[in-house]
Amino acid sequence: MDAANYLYLSALLFTIGAVGVVVRRNAIVVFMCVELMLNAANLAFVTFSRINGDLNGQVVAFFTMVVAACEVVVGLAIIVTIYRSRRSASVDDASLLKR
Amino acid sequence: MNSLVLLMLLPIIGSIAVAATPKTKEVLSKQVALATSVIVAIATIAMAMNFQRDNVDLQFVEKYSWIPTFGINFSVGVDGLALVLILMSTILAPIVVLSGWNEAHGGRWSVKTFYILILVLETMMIGVFAATDVFLFYVIFEAMLIPVYFLIGGYGTGERSAAAVKFLIYSLFGGLLMLASIIALYVMSGAQGGHTFDLQALSQLEMSSTTQNFLFLGFFIAFAIKAPLWPLHTWLPDAAASATPGTSVLLLGVLDKVGTFGMIRYCLTLFPEASKTFTPLIMVLAVISIVYGAILAIGQKDLKRLIAFTSISHFGFITMGIFAMTSQGHSGATLYMFNHGFSTAALFIVGGWMIARRGSSTIADFGGLQRVTPVMAWSFFLAGMSSLALPGLSSFVSEFLVLVGTFTRYPVHAVIATFGIVLAALYILIPVQKALHGPTTPSNEGLSDLNLREKVAIAPVMAIIIALGFYPSPLLNVINPASAHVIAQMGFTDPAPTNGDK
Amino acid sequence: MTTSNSLVYLIALPLLGATILLLAGRRADKWGHILGTLMSASSFAVGLYQLSLMLGRSTEERPVGQKLFEWISVGSFKVDAGLLLDQLSICFVLLITGVGTLIHIYSISYMSHDKDRRRFFAYLNLFIAAMLLLVLGDSYLNLYVGWEGVGLASYLLIGFWNQKPAYATASKKAFVMNRVGDMGLSFAIMIAFATVGTVSFAGIKEQVDQTSTGALTAIGIMLLVAAAGKSAQFPLQAWLGDAMAGPTPVSALIHAATMVTAGVYLITRSNFIFDAAPTAQLLVVIVGAITLLFGALIGTAKDDIKKALAASTMSQIGYMTLAAGLGPVGYAFAIMHLLTHGFFKAGMFLGAGSVMHGMNDQVNMRKYGALRKFMPITFVTFGLGYLAILGVPPFAGFYSKDMIIETAFNAGGIKGILLGSITLLGAGITAFYMTRVMILTFTGTKRWDEDAHPHESPWLMWLPMAILAIGSVSSGFLLSRGDALVNWLHPLFDHHEEHEHHLLEPIVVSGLALTMVAIGVAIAFFKYSRQEVAAIAPENVSVLTKIARQDLMQDRFNEAVFMRPGQQLTQVLVKTDEAVIDGTVRGVGQLAMTSSSLLRGVQSGFVRSYAALIFVGAALLIAGIWVVVQ
Repeated sequence: MDAANYLYLSALLFTIGAVGVVVRRNAIVVFMCVELMLNAANLAFVTFSRINGDLNGQVVAFFTMVVAACEVVVGLAIIVTIYRSRRSASVDDASLLKR
Repeated sequence: MNSLVLLMLLPIIGSIAVAATPKTKEVLSKQVALATSVIVAIATIAMAMNFQRDNVDLQFVEKYSWIPTFGINFSVGVDGLALVLILMSTILAPIVVLSGWNEAHGGRWSVKTFYILILVLETMMIGVFAATDVFLFYVIFEAMLIPVYFLIGGYGTGERSAAAVKFLIYSLFGGLLMLASIIALYVMSGAQGGHTFDLQALSQLEMSSTTQNFLFLGFFIAFAIKAPLWPLHTWLPDAAASATPGTSVLLLGVLDKVGTFGMIRYCLTLFPEASKTFTPLIMVLAVISIVYGAILAIGQKDLKRLIAFTSISHFGFITMGIFAMTSQGHSGATLYMFNHGFSTAALFIVGGWMIARRGSSTIADFGGLQRVTPVMAWSFFLAGMSSLALPGLSSFVSEFLVLVGTFTRYPVHAVIATFGIVLAALYILIPVQKALHGPTTPSNEGLSDLNLREKVAIAPVMAIIIALGFYPSPLLNVINPASAHVIAQMGFTDPAPTNGDK
Repeated sequence: MTTSNSLVYLIALPLLGATILLLAGRRADKWGHILGTLMSASSFAVGLYQLSLMLGRSTEERPVGQKLFEWISVGSFKVDAGLLLDQLSICFVLLITGVGTLIHIYSISYMSHDKDRRRFFAYLNLFIAAMLLLVLGDSYLNLYVGWEGVGLASYLLIGFWNQKPAYATASKKAFVMNRVGDMGLSFAIMIAFATVGTVSFAGIKEQVDQTSTGALTAIGIMLLVAAAGKSAQFPLQAWLGDAMAGPTPVSALIHAATMVTAGVYLITRSNFIFDAAPTAQLLVVIVGAITLLFGALIGTAKDDIKKALAASTMSQIGYMTLAAGLGPVGYAFAIMHLLTHGFFKAGMFLGAGSVMHGMNDQVNMRKYGALRKFMPITFVTFGLGYLAILGVPPFAGFYSKDMIIETAFNAGGIKGILLGSITLLGAGITAFYMTRVMILTFTGTKRWDEDAHPHESPWLMWLPMAILAIGSVSSGFLLSRGDALVNWLHPLFDHHEEHEHHLLEPIVVSGLALTMVAIGVAIAFFKYSRQEVAAIAPENVSVLTKIARQDLMQDRFNEAVFMRPGQQLTQVLVKTDEAVIDGTVRGVGQLAMTSSSLLRGVQSGFVRSYAALIFVGAALLIAGIWVVVQ
């Protein structure tokens, strides 16, 4: 199968994730969408690794996974804290940094 | 002890000692700071004794590799010019500490911090004059802003934060222009025999006149802000009005001298051609500064602002002397830097005491102090006389040398500048009359005269002012070879007597 | 030139006195006046000693010098702290220390009620030291130190009672106007260095022949400006009247006998410059002539005894300046008048002080009258000074003033006739206003304030007056006997002995002068002795009198032309600095603030809009790269 198809899938997944981040309000869903984008990127990395025939892309993918894991830990913690204090998981409600 | 680096380390060690004192024992912090600054002053004087007067090369040279990748060295050394200014700085430091014994109280931070800042600043004051590596100079030039910023913003009066920010931004602006020029020099040095920041090597660079002009401006604007030259002066009155008297002394007496020092050491040495190109413009700005500063001083109602404006006038004289390119003008300007340090210090210190006692810096609030506090009034009067360059006091020698040196090459500039001496009489005598003479108003009646500590603090300043007025040779002998060297390097000789073209 | 190591003591002694008295503070209150007087007297003794040495030497070897140390040396600008005592400066040294010591003695009693008497003596000693430096300096720069030094001492002494705002203002005015003159001296020194290459008297004198007339004229004019400032000559004369705010001994010493004559000294000392610069010399004569009449006219209308005497001083110095401007023939007479004037004017000022002392410090002559019986010694000494200033033979002024009038007539041509007439007219007016002073003060009816109890002053005060009166009587005769002073000073001046024709015989000049004096006295006599004098100055007087009372509008002029425009300029510049220069700087800051607050709108706080912006930005970036790469 043509390796390019994996790249198309990766782009599609990334776009879905991106649209999700922009349009959804629920923090959990936004978070999931971010994960989706990360994994889309991972898919692209692995694909490139395959195309080029070296392991660099796969190494980066591992890094991304580690970062994603950390992000999940920190991000979920923040979301839970926000939910506790505001009784809402809507990202639009957490806009304290505006002017 | 002949090591500049050790001299720079001394105040740092002192500041660590101050930091180690317990916060509750404020007097101990002060004593440690005073002892340190006195030791530094003595060490500097001892070092100056070993200076070879007739040797125009840099002396007490030390060089340590700092960032070898970029060819940056921690290299120091002094000639007559730098030595005189270091001497002035280190003598002023203990006087500032002693005269402003109580000025750190009521600040935003602790008394201890105040003295740490002062001592750190002292290290930088020595370093900035001693540096012979352009990068090192730049780093200290900028780093000096930080302690001053905190000294004004943390311990000043009135709108201290605003004044501190204004001072900082003005200086940073100039500093960035200078940085751009320095980087350009560095890059060019790479093309001509290896990357370096060494002043000596950079002065040998070949560059087109356009490049030279732009790079010169980068340096000059930075120095013109520091020195302050009209029209880049407006930060000074605000800063001086908000700072404590001691900070003002260091600010006007020492930090601003970095500007005029830099003009000689960097502008003239690195860009001799561009200096000549811009001389006509700079001479005009200097003359404007002299007259403008004096007129504005006359119009001030606040004592501290008045003193700040007199300094703008005096810096005009110094700049004029530097760019007149005669040995009299040049030596006079250097001597002026030294003398101005002490006469302005005297004005600020005594003025500060007056303000602290009265609780107001408005001149009109004083009156009849001569009858209430004779010693304080006399000190202020003598400081004022030095500021208006009364013959017999130190400033006269330098001011007259600048005028005479300028006159031989730029008679018109010198003539206009000489009008400044009449204005000087006004800007000193008006506050003298308002504050010291006239009937004693009830609110001034209870003021106390100087105590022993204050007398001890002001006595050396007065002694220097009077002694150098009658016998300036010890300093002139150090300054003359350095000045003559610069003039000769620039390719100038003193104009010969014309005999009126007969 | 011979060197002498003792010249410095002339200056050092009074300087030491001043230093001790100022530093010792109140501790010296008990003995300060004695120390001050002793220091001045010992300086006088050194002066006498120097004179005796000088008399013992041959004419060529009379000048002595002393190099103290190298003062300033930069490149070719070399000035030593050096002293020079020659035939001219010894005259001044003796006048300064002699009259100075007498006035010290007088002040012991005059100031005895002032709790700041010690400070007064410190200032007096400071003045003596500075004035001696002025006349002993061997270069223009050394002279300059003394020149400003006496200005400082004068400032301190005029403002001695500066708790009164008017007195403080008077002292400031004197200092500032003096500084205008000092500026002239600065210019002169600068021009001299730029053209001749030296600032010492000897150095410039040597090179006068090689120097162009234009340069010398410039130097000369600037020296004249300096002289005008210090000697209260037109147009810098306005400070002298106000300077009478100082204690009367100060007026006698500084503003009559010594400091105000420094200008005449400067011109005489610079004779080699003026002789080679006729234009500058002519200006000197003109300034002298104008001031001579100016001062005399002011003198006619003043009711304040000290201000009347001050106006007279101004006028008499006009005579000296005029004489000094007449060149080699006039220098010696200028100095002679200066010396005799030093005696009689100082004496009269001390007399005025004595009157004030007895009249509760009243200075208004309309409140005096008939004091002759109550103050006989003051009357006699003042009267002798009066006769001297009028030029009645054989009193001192007769010799010196007549010589000036005669020299003026002999200046040749229309100039001579004009100058001669002016000096004659001046003599007449002098006679008028001095007679007026005499009549108003000592004769007529009592117009005293109720609490006035006039009495003769103590001996410490009248003794100096008496000694000065002896000088007023005899000094002219002694100095002119066998042309003593002229011959003494002769070696210093370049005489081109060309016995010009005498326009008028000396005896005719004397006759004319005495006639003018008689007319002046007569007018004053009829106006003030025959009629009752009002105790309050009448208001319905002629316009001329009103103008003269206001010092011929000199203050109005200065205020309108210099002071008010200056103040307005200051105000405008202060506002401009605030609004325009600092405004520009603050404008830059304001610009940054405004633009950032506009941009702040982008920071909505909504995470999703940030994310959308990131995506748009990334898309744009990629698109941009794609375009570039293609």
